[in-house]
Amino acid sequence: MLVVEQILNGLQLGVMLFLMSAGLTLVFGIMGLINLAHGSFYMVGAYVAAWVTGLTGSLFLGLLAALPAAMVVGMGIEVLVMRRLYTRDHLDQVLATFGLILFFNEMARILFGRQPLFLDVPEMLSGTIEILPGVPYPAYRLAIIAVGILVAIALWLLISRTRLGMRIRAGASDREMAAALGANVTGLQTLVFGLGALLAGLAGAMAGPILAVESGMGEKVLILAFVVIVIGGIGSVRGALVAALTVGLVDTLGRAFLPDLLRMVTRDATADSLGANLSQISIYLLMALVLAWKPKGLFPSHG
Amino acid sequence: MTHASTRASSTLVAATLGAAFSLGLSALPLGTAQAQDPVKIGLLTTLSTNGGYLGEDARDGFLLAVDMGGGTLGGVPVDVLVEDDEREPERGAQAAEKLVKADKVEIMTGGIFSNVAMAVVPKVVRDDVFYISPNAGPSALAGKGCHANYFNVAYQNDNQHEAMGQYAQGAGFKSVYLLAPNYPAGKDSLTGFKRFFKGVVAGETYTQLGQSDYAAEIAAIRDAKPDAVFYFLPGGMGINFLKQFNQAGLTKDIQVLGPGFSFDERLLGAVGDAAVGARNSSQWNHDLDNAANKAFTEAFTAKYARPITQYAAMGYDAAQLIGSALKATGGKVSGDRDGFRAALEKADFASVRGDFKFGPNHHPIQSFWLREVVKTDTGIVTNKVSGKIFSEHQDAYAADCTM
Repeated sequence: MLVVEQILNGLQLGVMLFLMSAGLTLVFGIMGLINLAHGSFYMVGAYVAAWVTGLTGSLFLGLLAALPAAMVVGMGIEVLVMRRLYTRDHLDQVLATFGLILFFNEMARILFGRQPLFLDVPEMLSGTIEILPGVPYPAYRLAIIAVGILVAIALWLLISRTRLGMRIRAGASDREMAAALGANVTGLQTLVFGLGALLAGLAGAMAGPILAVESGMGEKVLILAFVVIVIGGIGSVRGALVAALTVGLVDTLGRAFLPDLLRMVTRDATADSLGANLSQISIYLLMALVLAWKPKGLFPSHG
Repeated sequence: MTHASTRASSTLVAATLGAAFSLGLSALPLGTAQAQDPVKIGLLTTLSTNGGYLGEDARDGFLLAVDMGGGTLGGVPVDVLVEDDEREPERGAQAAEKLVKADKVEIMTGGIFSNVAMAVVPKVVRDDVFYISPNAGPSALAGKGCHANYFNVAYQNDNQHEAMGQYAQGAGFKSVYLLAPNYPAGKDSLTGFKRFFKGVVAGETYTQLGQSDYAAEIAAIRDAKPDAVFYFLPGGMGINFLKQFNQAGLTKDIQVLGPGFSFDERLLGAVGDAAVGARNSSQWNHDLDNAANKAFTEAFTAKYARPITQYAAMGYDAAQLIGSALKATGGKVSGDRDGFRAALEKADFASVRGDFKFGPNHHPIQSFWLREVVKTDTGIVTNKVSGKIFSEHQDAYAADCTM
């Protein structure tokens, strides 16, 4: 029964990671841009959701406000900063976007103070639901999984069934050729960047009631998101989905069961510490294994 | 370095200084007419990062005492130089060097995080400067590494964990699940708890430092069915855990226990109702009934109008302790080190905690209280003292200290 619960936990983490990494992988794939500040959009989403919810008392309105806010901030940053970085090398991009992280984190502290903001689960979703007899599971986390699945389907429809999606795919597999064939790459870039920011903002806003809404919260999830896009293959949304769920499951199940497994082998005190350490590196081990097997990730979008 | 980059960096320094001044981190200007040169005190604390609110509170508590003395401590004019250690040991060591060598401070205080304190304190006290810690209390400085010029006015780091262990033992919790981050302070915390709790440890989990999601650990706790869960997860980690633990519907079956660090008034504001019912331990609370505490809480609320944390209370007590010693020596510090030290050892001041004295290792011997998180009629989630756990509690390292 514990296994079922832990698998759900893994799925829920995976869904959040997917929302974070979908935008990141598209930006990386289409613009060739390493954006360390992607976690800041996650933070913007959480802060706006917490702030608006605090004002209105409704998390739904908070969520509704967070999405356009994150998108607008993302598109603004694209126009003001990122455009200047597309042609620069990766080190410049890393430096500039690292600077943006500092800017956003300090801005959050200046605007909202150092103490974390309060954001609670809405009344409707505050209880637990018995998914199997004797296995209660937080309703809010189930809702996150549901939203994640809906977003994944919507993204899949957008990318595989619409004209915009076609352009995005074209941009991801060969940027220059898409531009040469007449796609408006500049507008596409702003739009994709905004879309990515919106998804990150959605993840942040949904995470708000579970986590501490605080400055720097985005960086914690950003590293995992980078692991996801490397495993999934840069530029591939499908890869991001598969990798996000895999990373979520491996991380959660590792944390849940590795220390116990180790304790079966050895009873001494080092088992706890070793188990904790091993479960922490489990996803990096996974990344190393995947890269050894498929150096370009699971679903590379560049030929 | 080229001229351009020299200019750029000096502009940067100027801008940083400007920012520091405008943020109020600069030295306190004192308007009082001074008969004697003011005693210089270096307040090196953590003002940036998310942990910055701890240092902010320690600073404001300290400055409140100076304010209430009209720019003096114990009637002796003082000049408080505030610096930010940025929660970085290297930065802390640099700033301490500057305060001691360039500004010639005679007393230092302000340390919040133990890793920074370990980079600052041993060096400072060797330079014959007195150090009064308002928070950081690493075991090394209480035991073998103790020093005649070092005093800790708050606690030794293990104390609150020990108090919670004692409480869990006395209150008859048969099995307790333990949770802490996988780093030295996390392990020390659980060791401190187990020093006094002799019941069954239903599970002991070390999580990643900075971890946000505790779903896996919470599922394991549900499965283990303990009577209580004791956790030490500083700052945002604790908020995350408690919110998620409550959402999982476990707070009604499993008693939440923790050290007072994890339940300060600012954190409670971010956790809200999910924290109600949790029990924690501290040497101080805003509702402790004594005259010194009443004066302090009223003055703090009047000046800063925000919830008061133990960090503010300890900052205030650090200033009071310094004041008592300055009064005894008539303002002499480096002029009469032995006299100043002897006066500090007496701890002749009315602590906001009530009874307070120093042990032979210059660490407190004091009471620890059980606090329960309650929701007031006005809807504020806050700590309420509901009993005493320890009287005259001393740390476990005092015996290792030879001065």
